[in-house]
Amino acid sequence: MRMQRIASQAKFETVAVLRNGEQLLISLVFPLGLLIFLAKTPLLAGLGVIAPDADPLTIAVPAALSLSLASSAFTGQAIATAFDRRYGVLRQLATTPLGTNGLILGKLGAVIIVVLIQFALVLAVSLVLGFRGPIDVLGAVLATVFGTAALLSLGLLMAGTVRAEATLAGSNLIWVLMAGVGGLVIAHPGEWGTVVGYLPSGALGDAMRAAVGSGNIDIKAIIVLLVWGLVGTLAARRWFRFE
Amino acid sequence: MSSSALTIRGLHYSYGAHHVVDGIDLDAHAGSILGVLGPNGAGKSTTISLAVGTRRPDAGTVRIFGRDPVTDHEATSQQAGVMLQDGGLPMSAKPLQVLGHLSSLYSDPLSVEELAGPLGLHEFSGRAMRRLSGGQKQRVALAAALIGRPSLVFLDEPCAGLDPQAREVVHSFIRDLADRGVAVVLTTHDLAEAEELSDEVVVIDRGRIIAQGAPEDLRNASDDSRRLDIRLDRPAVPDLIRRLCDIAPASAQGATITVEGALSAAQIAAVCTAIAEAGAQIADLDMHAQSLADVFFELTGRPLR
Repeated sequence: MRMQRIASQAKFETVAVLRNGEQLLISLVFPLGLLIFLAKTPLLAGLGVIAPDADPLTIAVPAALSLSLASSAFTGQAIATAFDRRYGVLRQLATTPLGTNGLILGKLGAVIIVVLIQFALVLAVSLVLGFRGPIDVLGAVLATVFGTAALLSLGLLMAGTVRAEATLAGSNLIWVLMAGVGGLVIAHPGEWGTVVGYLPSGALGDAMRAAVGSGNIDIKAIIVLLVWGLVGTLAARRWFRFE
Repeated sequence: MSSSALTIRGLHYSYGAHHVVDGIDLDAHAGSILGVLGPNGAGKSTTISLAVGTRRPDAGTVRIFGRDPVTDHEATSQQAGVMLQDGGLPMSAKPLQVLGHLSSLYSDPLSVEELAGPLGLHEFSGRAMRRLSGGQKQRVALAAALIGRPSLVFLDEPCAGLDPQAREVVHSFIRDLADRGVAVVLTTHDLAEAEELSDEVVVIDRGRIIAQGAPEDLRNASDDSRRLDIRLDRPAVPDLIRRLCDIAPASAQGATITVEGALSAAQIAAVCTAIAEAGAQIADLDMHAQSLADVFFELTGRPLR
């Protein structure tokens, strides 16, 4: 019965995301647009990210996957949870048999479902564009699991500690920074690249680029994500306020 | 004899150094309506949060049908429905979708239709929650509190923002709940509503219960604002006032006489006889009874906090 309640909550939240135009834009349209843009324009070669004769899909596909995950696990959940908190939805659900733990697990379930849908769409479009790997499945799974844990816990931490409007503005700004300069989409050279490699966005980008496109596992990046996941979860458990 | 659905003993809760709930004892019984009154910031909503287990008390015990709502949340939440003051429902979904989802969280829920019809939810069921008026949201929130077929229900300002028709429907719903054996804890600022609906009332102020009892008992506990106003056909003479003061404290201003206190029938008859013997006639007579609002103001004061 408990699992049924969690599954019901996950389904309800998934439907809410898929019916929300802004969430769809950030979760599906932007990542797919990024994939097609990077695959079909000479931008990556022009920036020196790849050699002129290299396949841009080896960067574009992991970039789209990482951006998808960040959109759902961090920005989307942060905004949705912050407004649920503002409107008392979290308090109301906490009084039902779902309880607070069930509510959090339901949100996690919704993120996993949405990420699976996103990944299926991104990989389908990638195949149409001619992407043939290589992919290290274990590396991709590890990057996805630990990346989700890190970003979701940080998103919930933000949603549970600051006002809804601040979460809306802040999580969107962080999404732009993660994509632009945070190592989520492309690896950055030099010292900045080293720094962002220790951030959740850079570590997720590194782990996903290693697994999808290069066909190996970036152990250091996975460990960084694991640590962020632990820190984020502990912080969220300590400071998250339901009202 | 009704059984205890909610038992609270020695409840304490603080925000830092501020004692919001300071030693509250409370009981709610099956088939009765307990009105919880108090000024803003008195500790009512915090008490309800502690009662349903969304907060852990600093000290004291809460039992819902004998179980602790914090450590045995799954069992107690199946038996207790909660309507929050601020709605607490997802704004992007439609009312019946919300109720359908909430019903899936309970083991023996009511059907959505059992609530949607009587509460008139169909008339706006095609609109997202965020597009509903305050009163419509209140009706959905009431349905959300009842969807789990609770034996104990907490209603925090259930009629705030409702028009008179919707208010009557909700009042009827609340009475019906009690008639069916549900224990109702009703938090409200509407003193007339509390007086009309409640079998028992508690008044909370500064985290403590300062009065408790049936509304009628509370009204009768003090005679301060009970009086008889009599308008005569001529100014009252001093002799008449002296005779009336032998019956009860009396005063006059022009043709209007005021006799203070809760007068018995015999005292009222004696007052009328004295007036007639003084050669005056009664033009108008008004009996002022103490209302629950009078008691509330007497207990908590009138100044804003």
